[in-house]
Amino acid sequence: MELIAMLVILAVAAGLCLIPTESDVPAPAITVLSGIAVAALAVRVALKAATGTPVVAIPNWLACDSFGALIVVLVSYIGVGTSIFSWGNMKRPAGKGGASRLRRYYCLYNLFVMSMLAVPMFTQISLVWIALELTTLTSVFLVCYDKTPEAYEAAWKYAVLTTMGAIVALFGILLLYWGMRSAGGGLFTWDGLAGVMPNIPPGILKTGFILILIGLGSKAGMAPLHSWLPDAYSQAPVPICIFLSFVETATIPYVIFRLWPGLAGPVGATTGTWLVFFGLLSAGIAAFLLIQVKDLKRLFAFSTIEHHGIILVAAGLGGTAAGYSAAYQIMTHMITKSFCFFAVGAVLLVVKDQRIASVRGLVRSFPFAGVALLLGALAVAGAPPFAVFLSEFSVLKAGLTSGQYLAVGLLVLFIAISFCAIMYHHSRMAFGRPDGPVQAPAAPISYVAPLFLTAVPMVLLWLYMPGPLNSLLRLAGATMGR
Amino acid sequence: MMNADSMTSIVTQLNALTDGLFLLSCFAMVAMRQILACLKIFIIQACLLAVSACLLGYLYATEHLFWVASITVAAKVVIIPWLLRKSISDDVYARREVSQVLNIPTSLLIALGLAIFAFALTSPLLPATAGPAKVNLPVGLAGLFIGAFVIAARREAVPEVIGILAMENGAFLAGISIAPTLSLIAELSAAFDGLVVVLVFGLLTRRIYKHVGTTMVGNLTILRED
Repeated sequence: MELIAMLVILAVAAGLCLIPTESDVPAPAITVLSGIAVAALAVRVALKAATGTPVVAIPNWLACDSFGALIVVLVSYIGVGTSIFSWGNMKRPAGKGGASRLRRYYCLYNLFVMSMLAVPMFTQISLVWIALELTTLTSVFLVCYDKTPEAYEAAWKYAVLTTMGAIVALFGILLLYWGMRSAGGGLFTWDGLAGVMPNIPPGILKTGFILILIGLGSKAGMAPLHSWLPDAYSQAPVPICIFLSFVETATIPYVIFRLWPGLAGPVGATTGTWLVFFGLLSAGIAAFLLIQVKDLKRLFAFSTIEHHGIILVAAGLGGTAAGYSAAYQIMTHMITKSFCFFAVGAVLLVVKDQRIASVRGLVRSFPFAGVALLLGALAVAGAPPFAVFLSEFSVLKAGLTSGQYLAVGLLVLFIAISFCAIMYHHSRMAFGRPDGPVQAPAAPISYVAPLFLTAVPMVLLWLYMPGPLNSLLRLAGATMGR
Repeated sequence: MMNADSMTSIVTQLNALTDGLFLLSCFAMVAMRQILACLKIFIIQACLLAVSACLLGYLYATEHLFWVASITVAAKVVIIPWLLRKSISDDVYARREVSQVLNIPTSLLIALGLAIFAFALTSPLLPATAGPAKVNLPVGLAGLFIGAFVIAARREAVPEVIGILAMENGAFLAGISIAPTLSLIAELSAAFDGLVVVLVFGLLTRRIYKHVGTTMVGNLTILRED
């Protein structure tokens, strides 16, 4: 029941946001309220799923198991912060039609969140594909919200590359369906597919999986198909960057890893190698691009690619411990990356230019943003005592225990390079001498609240992991762990 | 009166002919410079997809594929071309695209290579008893690859959108042969998805035309790593 309610609430909220009004308050207020309602329902779903029984709304159509519930609860919990942040961050654009543009933003925002939540809820694989495609289509006009030539360029690249990828993935899904039918399977659901996967001819299985991996990988910014991602991040409004990074590091890996349990035996070994290969490639390319980056939002875009790579490697290592670490990494990255983007939003309050070179001495000139940015950088780069350190450590540990020294060694190298690059850029932005006197504004509550919402789990996970959350992670890890 | 066996063999051959024409239409899409001609070829390609769906519907004896054929005709032969024409001004369609990334003979050679690659990739997957999938699967994959190549080689917005739709046609041509019983809801939502894709891209192209002053999206290169 909760699952249907969540989707309906978001759809209704999207509709309500479009109602023309004089004031700019209703649309963001509706978005915040629907965000809170959805998060409350998501927590209920997660608590139920943490006991090990999936939450079923419509059998064979709409259901949520532990892995799905993990994604749902994280997206909707951080979604509350993002909606509050949107309220403060998104101003009515100047000129005629500005008010209706802002209303359309909130409408698409709700639809985007809805499609993102639908991915882990649908159990029919063809519908999962539709939901994934909708995450692209609802977000295209959010990426080009600024209406500048640069924003349109980014939106066009984003739309073309991700739609192409989705069609390649569709071909792979059709191949899997063919294999499932020839192996005598019934319903084309995750469970139905996993049940007959051992009987599917290995050639079909492998070709189907690689098409899905490449297709969805281009939507997730997996190297070498990542070129659209930094462009889109540099142009999209800050709240949309957060959701884009959720698509890349949570929903897409979720879909790829869902195929995991059935890929056993020799096929599983090859597919595991592919995941490790593409994961290391993404982490490596991102690490070197992080060194030369010149734009603040592009920096975090490359960091998203790096984390996407780490997550792929974690799952590709194989085994329950590696599966657990992949789920853990998905969670810590979502929390930390949103904290970082909230901090970037705060920086952009005083610095109108996104270039890293134009941000200097923030800790002195605007301590609120400076400290937040520095903490975010430390956290996302993987310094203790933040959550990402723990999850990255568990990935490395899982790899070492299973004796995959080469993969772990390369991953450590790339993580270290990224760490140095991120800290180099951030130390210059945080410390150093401010260019001139800056009028530091009071920190707005719409920025403080989301930062607080994400900072609490970011730090607290080091000391304490709530029981239900841990069991969600363990169950999700077991799904991936074959 | 023909017996059932010879009828089946005739339909299978007709289907192979349709698939051959489908592959030809992919090459034609690569070779066409004029944007309107590109759109017309896409319409022909969608018709061929519908014909193949009907023939396979007869072979597999499922009315389901006839529904697929009607959805294809409604969406891809009527609504999508109409939407594309409506959303973008006429002078864009009259244009001849002279500045493609590669010249046409080279493009055709690459398309040929992609088609051969598609056949090589799918032949080990097909069991001897695959039936019409033996033709539809490789031709569909070739359509997918060539569609992707069209997107890469074109600089104009509309041919790029048509390339995306051609990729989808390729996926569906393979799909009707290997997944003829996939639920109708999936087909309907895929058709709906195709419409939304065209709507989004049409609107985006229109806005790019308005705010950037061109539909040569291939020339948009402000954003890059420097």
